Amino acid sequence: MSSIPASPKRALLSAIPIAVILFFLPLLVAPYQVTLLAYGLIFAIAALGFNLLLGYTGLLSFGHSAYFGLGAYAVAFIVKYLEITSMEVFLLGGVLASAAVAALFGFLCVRYTRIFFGILTLALSQVLWSLAFKFYWVTGGTDGLRVPTPSLMGVRNPAGEDKMIFLAHRYYYYVLVIFLVGASVMWVIVHSPFGKALQAIRDNETRAEFVGVQVWRYRWVAFLVSGIYTGLAGTLWVPLNGLTTPDILHWTFSGKIVFFTVLGGFQTFTGPIIGGVVYNYLETYAVGHTVYWQMVLGVVLVLLVLVLPAGIAGTANRLILKLRREA
Amino acid sequence: MDTFLIHLLNALLYASVLFLIAGGLSLIYGVMRIVNLAHGNVYAVGAYATAWSVGRVLGGGQPSPALYLLLPVGAVAAAALGAVIEPTLLRPLYKRAEEYQLLITFGLLLILEDLLRFIWGPYPLSASSLFEALGSLTIGESVYPSYNLVVIVVGAIAAAALWAFIYKTKFGVILRATSQNMRMASALGVNVKRIYLQAFTLGCFMAGLGGAIIVPQQGAVLGMGVDALILAFVVVVIGGLGSLEGALLGALMVGVVREFGIAFFPEVELAVLYFMAAVVLLIRPAGLFGHV
Repeated sequence: MSSIPASPKRALLSAIPIAVILFFLPLLVAPYQVTLLAYGLIFAIAALGFNLLLGYTGLLSFGHSAYFGLGAYAVAFIVKYLEITSMEVFLLGGVLASAAVAALFGFLCVRYTRIFFGILTLALSQVLWSLAFKFYWVTGGTDGLRVPTPSLMGVRNPAGEDKMIFLAHRYYYYVLVIFLVGASVMWVIVHSPFGKALQAIRDNETRAEFVGVQVWRYRWVAFLVSGIYTGLAGTLWVPLNGLTTPDILHWTFSGKIVFFTVLGGFQTFTGPIIGGVVYNYLETYAVGHTVYWQMVLGVVLVLLVLVLPAGIAGTANRLILKLRREA
Repeated sequence: MDTFLIHLLNALLYASVLFLIAGGLSLIYGVMRIVNLAHGNVYAVGAYATAWSVGRVLGGGQPSPALYLLLPVGAVAAAALGAVIEPTLLRPLYKRAEEYQLLITFGLLLILEDLLRFIWGPYPLSASSLFEALGSLTIGESVYPSYNLVVIVVGAIAAAALWAFIYKTKFGVILRATSQNMRMASALGVNVKRIYLQAFTLGCFMAGLGGAIIVPQQGAVLGMGVDALILAFVVVVIGGLGSLEGALLGALMVGVVREFGIAFFPEVELAVLYFMAAVVLLIRPAGLFGHV
């Protein structure tokens, strides 16, 4: 992918300072900024998963809102029907739900590529959206379902503690740890023989087939992993947001996932992470400053496609390589 | 029997608007191989432009028959929009991966959504005076608005005109040739750039016409474009991307399922539609009339 060679040592060397910064940040900035970053990291997890399909396997899904939403609604149902508020149970439920549906949808979708793959994923995700929208006595319809503050590793939030403090401290670290583990696992996946096989499929399906790669099975597993990551992100997102509505199942949310992955740069490993975090700031800033925030995002996207198709990380990589060559 | 007939007419009403939207979408895909995610917003532009111009001319007075001449305003506005978008935003991307083409139309969707809000404000616009002025007719013991029949007739005329245009004119021949093999057409002296511009403009014109004829009946609201786009997707997926016959059949099927769905199984009406699209894609990925 990236032309900078990837060795585990070098990856660790560049990841550790960033992890340290992320770790100490809550001590330095206001709680609100920390929760914003938590949102960004969650989007980054979703984008990492999404990019396993787009960047590494060459499949553009326009239906990843389905898994994000499943993660979130699984949590809401656990609260509503089982009356459990343990974050670990949430994670288990969210991952299982998104994995089950990703396995099924993936099985149907990976037989197609290109535009047909995109439309099929979109149509299937819209089935879920319309169910969440119409079965209001189960899902709360457009009002959505509320999710209370969860207990983390069995520890309840002390009564009376400000929710903002909880989200900006304990919950932020919870998200950060899962993000770091998730990103590391994804790094291992894309640099494993499995990841290499996916890239071979992306670059030349026929050749990959002839080398002995069972194309559809690899794509299916990639789809499954991708769905689980995005589902995990949805699960982490909902306690932070406090509410889940059908909006996150709608196909325009899938468009946003595509957006932030491309914003960061889908041809690099770090791109989706950067994209998730930057997109979140961009959207928050735009929503806070103008009612025409969609237009701001749209203009950014159009400019991105026309001027910076490699995204933030891709463009940065290119600049670094160019500087090195000149030095 | 009367209720059945009314359901059937409603289904035809949906179908004619859907055909106009989906037909345009399909035409654009067929010729240019671009799935225009902003197509629903183009339809919304048609609706808003017509509603606005009717409101402007009427100004609180009595509606006169001449007002119906304002219906095409929306279609012309949408076509003009298309004629601007294609050369500025889409043309630079033809040689790039189709991911980028989808993304730029998604960006366009976001922009147009807010542009409508910017120009016409957040409140719905209506042109219901055109709808009410025609009164209603009685079918058996039920009352049915006459304007709905106008929509159905316009949809049918548009379908026939489009068919004649594509299959009976020289322009149609060139359009179909470009659609089948762009390079060959180009080598034979077809100005592909111009054909792309014309096809995109025509597709937008159809979507705008759809918006323009339905707005007296439904009004124009923000978000109508995104909803319409997804239904149009279902139509073209069922009928086959790039096929106009497919768009017609798909629109009729979706119209019927929607109308009877709302009447008999309202909770899963939308789910059934998307599910239908998914099933058709699985069995015949190119759609009922499409070619891969």
